[in-house]
Amino acid sequence: MRVNTKTFRTSTFRLAALYLLFFTLSIWAVLGYIYYNTVSLLERQNEETILADVTGLTDQYRAQGVSGLLDAVNRRIAENPNILIMLADARGEPLGGNLRSPVISSLPDNSWINFAIGAGDNSAPIGHNAHGFNVQFPQGPQMIVGLDVEDMNQFREIIRESLFWALGLAVLMGLGGGFWMSRNFLRRVDAITETSQSIMRGNLSGRMPVIGSGDELDRLAQALNEMLDQIEKLMNGMREVSSNVAHDLKTPLTRLRARAEAALRQKGKTEIHAALQQTLDDCDQLLSTFNALLSITKLESGQQRASLQVLDANDIIADVVDLYAPVAEEGHGILDMDSRPGLQVLAKRELLAQALINLIDNALKYGAGTGGAAHINVRGEKQGDEVVITVGDKGQGIAEKDRERVLQRFVRLDESRSKPGNGLGLSLVFSVVNFLGGKLVLADNRPGLKAELRLPLVRPLN
Amino acid sequence: MQAANNTAELTKRPWEGTAKAMRILVIEDDKDAASWLVKGLKESGHVVDLAVEGEQGFAMAAEGGHDVLIVDRMLPKMDGLAIIKGLRGAGSKVPILVLSALSDVDERVKGLRAGGDDYLAKPYSFAELLARVEGLGARKLLDPKDAKLHAMDLEMDLLTRTVTRGGKPIILQPREFKLLEFLVRNAGHIVTRTMLLENVWDYHFDPQTNVIDVHVSRLRSKLDKGFAQPLLQTVRGAGYMIRAR
Repeated sequence: MRVNTKTFRTSTFRLAALYLLFFTLSIWAVLGYIYYNTVSLLERQNEETILADVTGLTDQYRAQGVSGLLDAVNRRIAENPNILIMLADARGEPLGGNLRSPVISSLPDNSWINFAIGAGDNSAPIGHNAHGFNVQFPQGPQMIVGLDVEDMNQFREIIRESLFWALGLAVLMGLGGGFWMSRNFLRRVDAITETSQSIMRGNLSGRMPVIGSGDELDRLAQALNEMLDQIEKLMNGMREVSSNVAHDLKTPLTRLRARAEAALRQKGKTEIHAALQQTLDDCDQLLSTFNALLSITKLESGQQRASLQVLDANDIIADVVDLYAPVAEEGHGILDMDSRPGLQVLAKRELLAQALINLIDNALKYGAGTGGAAHINVRGEKQGDEVVITVGDKGQGIAEKDRERVLQRFVRLDESRSKPGNGLGLSLVFSVVNFLGGKLVLADNRPGLKAELRLPLVRPLN
Repeated sequence: MQAANNTAELTKRPWEGTAKAMRILVIEDDKDAASWLVKGLKESGHVVDLAVEGEQGFAMAAEGGHDVLIVDRMLPKMDGLAIIKGLRGAGSKVPILVLSALSDVDERVKGLRAGGDDYLAKPYSFAELLARVEGLGARKLLDPKDAKLHAMDLEMDLLTRTVTRGGKPIILQPREFKLLEFLVRNAGHIVTRTMLLENVWDYHFDPQTNVIDVHVSRLRSKLDKGFAQPLLQTVRGAGYMIRAR
């Protein structure tokens, strides 16, 4: 019975039970109202009819004595055959009327009575219940005026029974429905629990079942699945990064170690000095790799979002182009800019500049055209709700299949590694753009590479 | 060391220093790092005091008499930023270089806001630190309100934004003017590439290519064209320097 007690403990079942309680109470209230308004109305009407007759007949008796009363009784019976009247003398011997069976002397005087219709009572079926008033005239005859209330009693019974039936059915169906719903709910919750346990055991690819009904549980499962996707991506990224880091740091460290060892064997001061200088350069290279990795990690953790502010991307483009144009010219290349003020984005100057510099740096290294000189164009413009900063070159470009891969850490398409770099440049750009809530698009510049930073445009408040 | 063909290049080693002797207080709890730092500064001709924890450092700094303080941010007993705030609160104007393992721009802003004059992230190169410390020590000698700056036969007019050398006008771009201004303000002291990137372009990362060198060599060609005596010199392994006289 483990499942059963569990079912009763679900919130759905509790909710169903609570609904059931309120539902039953309201059914009772409605039926009670109907009962009161029908049955008691009928009862009151009956009693009013009876009392009217009693009053009329009493008046007759006061005016004309027993004989007048008898006449009036007969007249009344002729008028309304439904009325039941018994007239008896002080000892209880019948004097008239259409009612014979009740033993009038044993009944309480001047009060409401209930009796059964017996043999000898005409105008009504034997055994029916009747309701009436027993009158004792002072020093005179006794009289019962009544009405057959069998139909009314039956009606009351029906209403009463339906009241209990309704209650019983409501409880039964409520319990059943609640149980069914909770079991359904529970089955889905169990599925979710089971999936999460399997994920905890290390099966990161497990996903919550979604039945497609779009209800709360489905939405919850969907949200959980999206979260799991994100986590899986991060975990995979982390795994890859750790192994890449180990690999990519091992190479320069090995070199460094070999150089230090060789320097130890050297005799000449100049050689030792040169080896130390090289070692220092290698260390700086390693440190800059670490710094880039740390920056990416920090960006991905989403901290420091508070330090963002609204900036004109045009200013940043202008600054960076100003910084790098002479470098391009030094290599007989061109770095030109095509942008106008009014490119408001939520960013951090340093970050956006770093991203642009990395792109320009890449363009300088790999964007040389057929002539050997780089022609780089940096363009800033508004496109709908976005500010698009494009860095385009005329070099080899990046093959479509590599465009996603090249954003990963330590991936360098330049397999010979003839140009300096740590394989983190584009990864950092990608992290910056993600951090700023934008997109990085790598496309074909025909020829060359076109890197687009698409950032949300910040519109002025008014 | 071989004398380079380029006559503009100083053959002097960077850690030999370019400034007159200063009295420097180092507040740093890492014993190894502190001993290297003190040794280097002494070899560069400076007088160095060392404090290995915050309270002692604050007491020594409060006595006064130092030309420059080098303060680590994370210290036992009293935090580096608390020391700086305390000194500034007491009216001390001594130049302070903040050292920190936290390299983020936001951290840097925090350090400068507390009253630091410069901020250097660990690990740093000693040449970089020395250039900054000597720059800080010399800063107080210059009146920032001077409208005209001089170095050798060069004159910079900050109001009219004009530059003349030996009476001959030199046309500079705004950025080149800013670059030259920073070099001239630090005339007689080594200025590192990072210092230039920070002060002239306001970026706090190391550029991957020789960006600064290109800008400096352009400026140099404008300054030295037609003059026998080079004004702007490269200090190997450290940075650049403009001669004061």
